Amino acid sequence: MNASTTLVYDGSFNGFLTAVFVAFDEKINVADIQKNNQSQNGLFSETETIFTHVDKAKRVWNGIRNKSHNAISNIYFAFLSETEGVEMMLYTYIQKLMRAKNGKYLDYSDSTVLFIAQLARKVGREKHRMEAFVRFQLTKDNIYFANIEPDFDVLPLISKHFRDRYADQKWLIYDVKRKYGIYYDLDHVEMVSLNLKDIHHNKTVKSDAFATEEYEYQTLWNDYFKSTNIASRINPKLHTQHVPKRYWKYLSEKKEAV
Amino acid sequence: MNFDRIREKLNILADAAKYDISCASSGSDRTNKNKGLGNASKMGICHSYTPDGRCVSLLKILLTNHCIFDCAYCVTRKSNDVPRAAFKVQEVVDLTINFYRRNYIEGLFLSSGIFKSPDHTMERLVAVAKKLREEENFNGYIHLKSIPGASDELMYEAGLYADRLSVNIEVPTISGLKLLAPDKKHEDFTKPMEKVKNEIVRYQSERKIIKNTPKYAPSGQSTQMIVGASGESDKDIMYSATYYYKTYNMKRVYYSGYVPVTHDSRLPAIGSQVPMLRENRLYQTDWLLRFYGFSIGELLNKQHPNLDMDVDPKLSWALRNLHHFPVDINKGDKRLLARIPGIGMQSVDKIMKARKFRKLNWDHLKKIGVALNRAQYFVVCDSNQWERRDLDAERIKGMILQNSYGKFRDQYSTQLSLFN
Ligand code: SF4
Repeated sequence: MNASTTLVYDGSFNGFLTAVFVAFDEKINVADIQKNNQSQNGLFSETETIFTHVDKAKRVWNGIRNKSHNAISNIYFAFLSETEGVEMMLYTYIQKLMRAKNGKYLDYSDSTVLFIAQLARKVGREKHRMEAFVRFQLTKDNIYFANIEPDFDVLPLISKHFRDRYADQKWLIYDVKRKYGIYYDLDHVEMVSLNLKDIHHNKTVKSDAFATEEYEYQTLWNDYFKSTNIASRINPKLHTQHVPKRYWKYLSEKKEAV
Repeated sequence: MNFDRIREKLNILADAAKYDISCASSGSDRTNKNKGLGNASKMGICHSYTPDGRCVSLLKILLTNHCIFDCAYCVTRKSNDVPRAAFKVQEVVDLTINFYRRNYIEGLFLSSGIFKSPDHTMERLVAVAKKLREEENFNGYIHLKSIPGASDELMYEAGLYADRLSVNIEVPTISGLKLLAPDKKHEDFTKPMEKVKNEIVRYQSERKIIKNTPKYAPSGQSTQMIVGASGESDKDIMYSATYYYKTYNMKRVYYSGYVPVTHDSRLPAIGSQVPMLRENRLYQTDWLLRFYGFSIGELLNKQHPNLDMDVDPKLSWALRNLHHFPVDINKGDKRLLARIPGIGMQSVDKIMKARKFRKLNWDHLKKIGVALNRAQYFVVCDSNQWERRDLDAERIKGMILQNSYGKFRDQYSTQLSLFN
């Protein structure tokens, strides 16, 4: 058995796919795949730094997609969960997939396959939640601005939804936790990083960065939310099941409850 | 925008609209056109939830709560002493657009009290939708209420801009309608339904030939019935529902437990409990009829004019029909599997797939998501353990109830204690 190697990549999805390419191509006995800012030297393995190579990444992407559409989206979603050690799980998953005669019939009684599928489902749920719970606030320079702090790195996944829907307004969705955002300038969406002095949660304090009518619309929305309630049907348990408390700070209709 | 005035109107007109419980924003295929604003999400999105757990996806308001009619069950009725207000067309447009741009909503659900005449009212509703589509290039979801008695021409126009249209039948029986809504005739409801149905049929057949036929109510039509206002039986309700599904191709029928809003000797008193458990049982029945292959006469008939409150309608049917059971999980056809208590349609599909590879036992069924506490009395599978005792329906029901924690258990047990 040849000595095992730890592959270190730049943290991007393309970087990860490149690592997979290199591992297959050079028949490396992979000990681990690590992000360069978190890499620890394994006691008994060598490290090899992977340089992200879009063409190589594409070949892996296409190879997997030709096997199974479902698998490629599972892999991408699970990767964005940023779960520690997910890279190695994904690598094993890809190996199994490539060996399987028919990608469609991946065996869900296999623990890796099940784990990745479950992880992907969790990320998918977070994606849907963000599509629902993003609350834009209109800034003075006419940009619809929203903060999010999702459990997983879902900005790349929600970009298309917002671009398709809000095609005629400038918008910016900023991930406070991961310190980057996506900005749509009426033409295309780009990644941006900002230095936000002040995180614009839906705080009760008003910020003068926002248009004057912004707070009026928030008040109207809060009023509206209150009036949808039918007191004789109240059911708090069902309510928090749908809107978990950790999301409340973004929702202007929940301002008073935070 | 005169903020204070709008705020006042919104409070009045949202409050009056909340008793309409349909909130669906799904089923439309409208896409964003010419880089405009919005699109419809096939699945619908809930942007928030009310404190009673209902989805908030649309701005649901009345254009006005002035009304010339006096339907007993309605807060908006003429004789009720409540503050009145009316939006201008442009005000509704502005609210919708501004809420939509902030990602609060999927679109607008606009209804209205009837002022002057049905046509006059319908015309205004159509004007709002038209403005949204043509001036604002808005492609989000629009649900318009068809005003009972509105003309065919207006109903036609409404469908050109709206994704969904609905007339709420509200009272499931014609006798109840006479008693509670004396100003309205049954035909006032059915005429717009008929028109909308015909236009949808026309649109769907033309679209097959000409790809860019203008859309007509792509998300179909729906209706709502109030439950527990006029002493109707579950059988009355579900037979009318079936009639509306069949006759007018309804996408959905909604059942809304009556919330007492008024002192009126014809109606339950203010403070009476909203029949939420009953509402839930009706939805379950609706589901069984639409997706599980049951026919209405099997679930409700002369001998059983009302649904059981303590068990769900499928279990109730199974208990009355023990001669169909046990079903062999590994052999029974799809139609039969769907009739087993504790097995949902998703599980049926999974069972059909999985049993191609291997014979299924209790463990497999559990993993698939079958509710064994109910199903175990009605199936055999690849195991030598199954219910061998010859239990009668009462015993089975007792054992199932002992081990179940339904979401309405509390309500049910307080209802029970009332009878003790
Ligand atoms: S016509 Fe409509 S708004 Fe007017 S009282 Fe009857 S149900 Fe209410």
